[in-house]
Amino acid sequence: MDLFTILFYVFALITLGAACVVVFSRHIVRAAFALLFAFFGVAGLYVFLLADFIAVTQLMVYIGGILVLIIFGVMLTQKQINVDIKTSPVQTWPAVLIVAALAGVLIGMFWSTDWARMGEISTATTATTPKLGEMLLTTYVLPFEVASVILLVALVGSAMIARRERNT
Amino acid sequence: MELIQSLLANEIVVAILLSALPLVFILVYALVTLYMEMKVAAHMQDRLAYMRTGWHGVLQPFADILKLLQKEDIIPFAADKLLFQLAPYVVFIGTYAGFAFIPFSSIYIGSNINLGAFFLVAAGSLVVIGILMGGWASNNKWSIFGGLRSASQMISYEIPTALAIVIAVMITGSLNLQDIVKFQEGGIHNWLLFGGPMASVTLTQKLLLIPFTLVTFIILFTASLAEVNRTPFDLPEAESELVQGFNTEYSGMRFAMFYLAEYANMFLVSGVAVSLFLGGWSSPFGSLMSGTIWGIFWFVLKAMVFVFLQIWIRWTLPRLRVDQLMYTSWKVLTPLLFGCLFAIGLILVW
Repeated sequence: MDLFTILFYVFALITLGAACVVVFSRHIVRAAFALLFAFFGVAGLYVFLLADFIAVTQLMVYIGGILVLIIFGVMLTQKQINVDIKTSPVQTWPAVLIVAALAGVLIGMFWSTDWARMGEISTATTATTPKLGEMLLTTYVLPFEVASVILLVALVGSAMIARRERNT
Repeated sequence: MELIQSLLANEIVVAILLSALPLVFILVYALVTLYMEMKVAAHMQDRLAYMRTGWHGVLQPFADILKLLQKEDIIPFAADKLLFQLAPYVVFIGTYAGFAFIPFSSIYIGSNINLGAFFLVAAGSLVVIGILMGGWASNNKWSIFGGLRSASQMISYEIPTALAIVIAVMITGSLNLQDIVKFQEGGIHNWLLFGGPMASVTLTQKLLLIPFTLVTFIILFTASLAEVNRTPFDLPEAESELVQGFNTEYSGMRFAMFYLAEYANMFLVSGVAVSLFLGGWSSPFGSLMSGTIWGIFWFVLKAMVFVFLQIWIRWTLPRLRVDQLMYTSWKVLTPLLFGCLFAIGLILVW
């Protein structure tokens, strides 16, 4: 086994192990912290798929943003009311349906990808970032701008809601 | 690199050895800085500090480390044991990951990828999670407040830091720190702090750029003080209100890990600022005194100047209040940097 293969299995193990803790842990704070390792492992897997920009964005957005917010929320609720929040399975059937649909999409994607060409692509690709930037500002400029406007609206909306609560 | 590769003939061993190099550096550097911090603090307050262990107390850091190693590892009864034990390591990993993208010399950089500068911003988020983890797991109200303050502060100051890095990236046209340093090679007048090399801009452009790049650099340094939780932004560990904040309950080796991570982080942010704006490992005298070994010398010297500056500021300025902290980040530093970004963009296009 070469370094590449070993590293792949290490990252795969981190992702799966942490994801199992997230799902099966009955302790909600531990589940939130286990998400850290799951996100981290997924970022590593993105690197193996030659998506280095996506990998760093994953770290930045999911660990630096979303996970910090989740932990903030969980920490404040659990400690403030002094009750241990334990999780238990609810709404099993809708969850099974959604997970099955998601798994179907992923497996379909897996089968339709031409993995034989991966070696060829890996030698041809040097930097994905300049091309991504170019595409976002030319071909996909409209979706890009719409997404940023939506985020701005969400930001202004949340600031307004937070402010109104303080005044009353 | 190739030499070590051919000597050992095993890529896994080589990879482990190369990735451990910065760790060796951090350990030596931490001893030096520990001594420096105490001595600088003492002399600023007109006292002498350590004088008995060795000449002027130079052996004191070793004694301190030995003491920390021997101490009992106490875990509070009500703490969440697993997370409590894990937190110092998560913080250190987050800091250490950043060292992979710092060019120590023209031939030594841990990972020469094209996204170095972007990754540096992202790696800081692991530190935030580690501090939150430690603060929560301690099960102590001051620790939780320290963790929360630290997280909100680091998230707020990530924005000015990232914007300052964006400005440097915009002028050099690369996200790779090694390329950014190479761009500034050739002497002090080529540093990004002074508008970048003459090869890339005209004289008028350079003169117009200087005020904006100076402001950007000062803001980057200010924001990096907040990123490492140093005075005047040391609210997370404010000893007079929060009794050391997130690391109150830690003792022995785990406390030492937090300490080591803080010192490593001080060097990391200085190294980033130096690489982006002060030419990194390149000599300030052009081709004079430049080369691989001189490169390491210049890089460490420049970064240590900023580590010293951080210590100096710590013993000079009082601590900010929480609202002042947020005011500084959101209403002063961020708008100023947006102005700089806009102006520099205009100058470069024009």
